[in-house]
Amino acid sequence: MSSIAETYTQAESDWKALESAQGPVFYVGAATCGRAAGAGKTIERLEQEIQSRGLSARVVETGCIGPCCLEPVMIVQTPGAPQVLYGGIGPEEATAVLERHGLGGEPCAEWALGTMDGSVWKGVGPFQDHPMMAGQVRHVLRNCGIIDPEKVEHYLARDGYRGFLRALEIGPDGILEEVKASNLRGRGGAGFPAWRKWEFCRSVTSETRYLICNADEGDPGAFMNRSVLESDPHAVLEGMLIAARALGATEGYIYCRAEYPLAIHRLEKALGQMRELGLLGKNIQGTDFSFEMKIKKGAGAFVCGEETALIASIEGRRGMPQPRPPFPAVSGLWGKPTVIHNVESLANLPQILVRGGAWFAQFGSESSKGTKTFALAGKVNRTGLIEVPLGTSLRHIIEVVGGGSPGGKSVKAVQTGGPSGGCVPADQLDLPVDYESLTAAGTIMGSGGMIVLDEDNCMVDIAKYFLSFTQEESCGKCTPCRVGTRAMHAVLDRISKGLGTLEDINTLEEVAMTVKNGSLCGLGQTAPNPVLTTLRYFRHEYEAHILRKECTALACSALVEYQIDETRCTGCGACRRACPVGAISGESKKTHVIDPKTCIHCGACLNRCPEAFAAVYRQSGTVLRRETPKKKSAAAAPEESAS
Amino acid sequence: MLPPFPTEKKVKNGMCTAQKDWGMQDIEAAVARHPAHRGSLIPALQDLQETCGYLAPEALAVLAKHLSISVNEIYGVATFYTQFRFSKPARHKIQVCQGTACHVRGGHMVLEEFEQMLDVKAGEATKDGQVDLERVACLGCCALAPVITVDGLVHANMGTRKVPAILAPLGVKEESKAT
Repeated sequence: MSSIAETYTQAESDWKALESAQGPVFYVGAATCGRAAGAGKTIERLEQEIQSRGLSARVVETGCIGPCCLEPVMIVQTPGAPQVLYGGIGPEEATAVLERHGLGGEPCAEWALGTMDGSVWKGVGPFQDHPMMAGQVRHVLRNCGIIDPEKVEHYLARDGYRGFLRALEIGPDGILEEVKASNLRGRGGAGFPAWRKWEFCRSVTSETRYLICNADEGDPGAFMNRSVLESDPHAVLEGMLIAARALGATEGYIYCRAEYPLAIHRLEKALGQMRELGLLGKNIQGTDFSFEMKIKKGAGAFVCGEETALIASIEGRRGMPQPRPPFPAVSGLWGKPTVIHNVESLANLPQILVRGGAWFAQFGSESSKGTKTFALAGKVNRTGLIEVPLGTSLRHIIEVVGGGSPGGKSVKAVQTGGPSGGCVPADQLDLPVDYESLTAAGTIMGSGGMIVLDEDNCMVDIAKYFLSFTQEESCGKCTPCRVGTRAMHAVLDRISKGLGTLEDINTLEEVAMTVKNGSLCGLGQTAPNPVLTTLRYFRHEYEAHILRKECTALACSALVEYQIDETRCTGCGACRRACPVGAISGESKKTHVIDPKTCIHCGACLNRCPEAFAAVYRQSGTVLRRETPKKKSAAAAPEESAS
Repeated sequence: MLPPFPTEKKVKNGMCTAQKDWGMQDIEAAVARHPAHRGSLIPALQDLQETCGYLAPEALAVLAKHLSISVNEIYGVATFYTQFRFSKPARHKIQVCQGTACHVRGGHMVLEEFEQMLDVKAGEATKDGQVDLERVACLGCCALAPVITVDGLVHANMGTRKVPAILAPLGVKEESKAT
């Protein structure tokens, strides 16, 4: 035990030394999203500047702090001043911040988002007061964007593995009691109480038990688990140790999507660090507890998020679900009792052990305790990763934290739960986000994807999009799912092309119920949800497509006509050359015309018409949409960013 | 200083399809890294795909022998998962994200633009073997939608107008598709 105590002392003094460093320290958010936004270039520039100027400054790579819309983000720390968070820091801004803040000691107000310690410093207010942070409570994300995820010392300095050490002290029954008091429910979507799953598994006599971390975050539009794994991998691994101790599991698997290479890289590194610290392997910390962990890369099958399919995939078979019972807790991987937890459920465990189950249970609503992370994306101003107590209203999340829809457009609906969930219309935004309320509204909590839709999104198109996803991902085992999702997609496709009949709506409802009732696993049982909720709340849109051949959102291409505004067309010929079917005619420098009979509604003309003219416009039924012409400088912008 | 993602082109995750030179000894070495156990099948397939760029028939024969299962059974498992490919990859790979966030922000239009400019359908390679065009369910960069990856590098906030600039460095010019 002495070794870990020494490591703690060392880690804490290192952390303090970093926080009170003599020179400036730049913490740059470098998770996948940060890098996609250009954090790599920012880091490169900072390192160049530091080297060429011979500064005693440091650059620390952290994970994702949450406000993805403001990426790349960077925290700047100078001696004797609070840390300041900046957003939108490309290479040029990085140099400016380094000069003005790092060396000059003055904050750069134009990019500052706030101070990290809640104080007001030279006119920069606390980041906590930023509207994006309003009502957020960060437990799972507490280290994200703060620590370097590749340094276990940073994690240790912030109470890392203290939960697990306590778990070793209080033993399996003690852990179970603590988790029972917290009433932690599964964060993968179904919301099954974690302690009940454990009791179920413990009641089976077996030498071997397995614990699996489900990091197969396949829901399109969800990235909470990726962010946590990339920004704070040890929190998830510590959670696994705690759960394994409670269950008496000897072997653990982390089933992670191959699409998340950075997460896998950081998990591998973290496992190596755990082994060095004696937190993995035989007789951990001198106790009789032995535990091994392996990473299994998913191979790109959405259905493998379902627990029995996931087990089949680890066993090296086709990822097809099995009938339950027997539940995996009784007979799972290689026929042994197996508990499967979502990444976020596990990431909650260390804090529950450190601070107690009662502490955890004071957050959230009556039936749903604790906090939940959500990936806020789609038509919302402030996209990003957020964490709020369960029971927070959708309105607060979208209008306050997310800042509403961009371009002054109105929010039409919110899609939660990915392909298994549904759409909640704008007039029900006061709905509290907890397991029961969302189910009553026809959708599900899911793992936490939240996609905001505005008036430009057609609900028939959204339903069609999800069905095209589920029919492709259906493993094909159960006929209702295999055939039914295909049939629903065909009907939706017909409606979106203006070829539907009112009878089609009844067909959709009928098939939806068959698929829901006749499928083995969650994929099939929930696949009709997008159709059922859009029919429930947006039936008028289906009817507009069928009766008036009108797509009010101008999203269904077959129902959209392209036309050229003669007052704006200069006859440059860009559209004529772009048209793949030769539907556009017109002499050079004279107004061009689109022949509606030949037009295939591909939109190439709209895309190629120079933004300065914006002469091509769209029309569906009585709805007409013109783009506003932009100035020349705006039209040239895309070239710059792509180079 | 950055780990091998995404500044280096070779993304070490079995997703990169850059053409490589490989021989039977590489295949045998890859197979030998995995214990002769059924649970090794998918990791071994991932390893082989990383080695060869695709699941070459000769590689699967070696693996079948090692795991004492039939080649048919391997194909049965491999074809279930979208990650595995059975034909030689093109020189470059473009993945266009079709996740929900990308879809509502016009990701499907970006894909259509690529299809039009490259004159292929998603899932196909161009005739000159230069570019593989793929659709992926979600890359997890939803806040920056629509996103694509080019040889493993993520490009955020895509739009149809940015497509020519993406393709230009890969040797595809706008004129080439005009008929």
